[in-house]
Amino acid sequence: MRPPSPSIPEKEFVVEALKQGLRLDGRAALEMRQPTLTFGPDLGWVDCSLGKTRVLAQVEAKMVKPPPERPFEGQITIHSEISPMASSEYEQGRPSEEEVTIARMLDKIIRRSDVVDKESLCIQSGQRVWNLRLTVHFLADSGNMLDCACLAAIVALKHFRRPEVEVVGDEVVVHPPAERAPMPLSMHHAPFCLTFAYFQDTSIPAILDPSRLEQRLSAGVISIALNAQRELCVVQKAGGVPLSPTEILRIVAVSTEKSKELDRFVRERLEDDWRTRTVEVV
Amino acid sequence: MASRVEILNDGGFRSDGRKQYELRDIVIDLSQQGSADGSVVLSHGLTQVSASVFGPREAKMRSQTLHDRANINIEVTFAPFSMGERRKRSRNDKRVLDFASTIKATFEPAIQTKLYPRSQIDIYINVLQQDGGVLQACINATTLALAAAGIPLLDFVCAVTGGVQSASPLLDLTTLEENDVPHLTVAVMPRTGNITLLTMETRLHVDRFEEIFQLVTSAGHVLHKEMKAAIKDRTRTLVAAMSVAPKAVGEKDPLYSERMDDS
Repeated sequence: MRPPSPSIPEKEFVVEALKQGLRLDGRAALEMRQPTLTFGPDLGWVDCSLGKTRVLAQVEAKMVKPPPERPFEGQITIHSEISPMASSEYEQGRPSEEEVTIARMLDKIIRRSDVVDKESLCIQSGQRVWNLRLTVHFLADSGNMLDCACLAAIVALKHFRRPEVEVVGDEVVVHPPAERAPMPLSMHHAPFCLTFAYFQDTSIPAILDPSRLEQRLSAGVISIALNAQRELCVVQKAGGVPLSPTEILRIVAVSTEKSKELDRFVRERLEDDWRTRTVEVV
Repeated sequence: MASRVEILNDGGFRSDGRKQYELRDIVIDLSQQGSADGSVVLSHGLTQVSASVFGPREAKMRSQTLHDRANINIEVTFAPFSMGERRKRSRNDKRVLDFASTIKATFEPAIQTKLYPRSQIDIYINVLQQDGGVLQACINATTLALAAAGIPLLDFVCAVTGGVQSASPLLDLTTLEENDVPHLTVAVMPRTGNITLLTMETRLHVDRFEEIFQLVTSAGHVLHKEMKAAIKDRTRTLVAAMSVAPKAVGEKDPLYSERMDDS
């Protein structure tokens, strides 16, 4: 069920305010909502929220037999269906356009750009590899679910520890976490996604991390995924108001700054959480 | 996986004999296909795409009509023989749907849909041969087909792919190059120089990005000249075919001479 379009007074107010450089929630044009990360009792369980937008990501691992054409690589599958819990506009079972966009972006950012080293997931080539299942649950949609989902997914992958395996000849011994400390995933890099919305009136500069209302009133979005080493992983600007090349380069420059901040933040939070998980050796 | 074929050798030549900034041969065939209002078969080197446009016409899908503008419906089919291995792609394949919605989003700001409320413009794209730059070819073919169909556009939409091979930028990539090299596709509207599509799915450093981005945008302008020439040529042929009445010596058909001035 599609929610009603924003009313004309709402639209005019938001656009007028943006022309004067004011956003409804008081943020600056290029200010992101402060992300909060909550880690669950399980390793690889992260609840990420950007303001009121909440996304939950969970990583699980199981051993499978690899396909014959890729015997040395592990597998990663991403499941991200939006349920009506996020908002009444999403229907169970029928993927809306936004859902397809988010699913494809997550696929490009996490799988295509090789975030996790798949060869390190191999236990016995041709016979056993790890299959990682990343499930993303969208709990609340208050704008910009894509950035939140991407952040949650990357942090979940960084947080996850897989059980240690020992291969003796042809036998594979999986050590439970109580016996041997589980190992982190070997990740090549950690991309963060940043979404900018821009409006029909070109005098309004692009705004970072749009809220729900801003997203609905926007005339287009550009999403940039990059890591803290200044490598662009995905740039997606499809349609919407055409932007000049200088504007796009400016947005890319802003993204490099923001991704460094996000990287620092994620590192600090992961270290904080890791300190709380002490293992007693009996 | 190291490539057995060099992407760019020391003499500055690529695997298909082109230089770094050379675009592939473009072949544009605007002849009528079926009952389409506008149709084109476009080739960039070995990549061949055919596009047919129907519309604006009465909307078949009533649920998707918009009260104030035309609905753009794009369907893309990849022929099973288009790649080296025969592969049949289902219609609801997420990749194909994503591809089609990217093209639709690219043309939303370019087509003057507000002129045809409650109607539908159907664009059917068939990818006949894939050799890299498929998105680029589809977008260029769609522009030409729309122009041939007489649908009012704000501007041409010209798309080019570009990539960077260890600090050397390359334009208009083939499959071999796309598999090896980080690349992006940019669709530009030449009159204003604004970008309506920018996609990149491979890792590329920010410093390299700026250079290739500028290059690809200017390549779009070069393509624009070719596309415009093809459309004008076709229109000239049609007008010549339609002008039946013999002219007196020295008398010029006013409509013909006004519109056919190359500007």
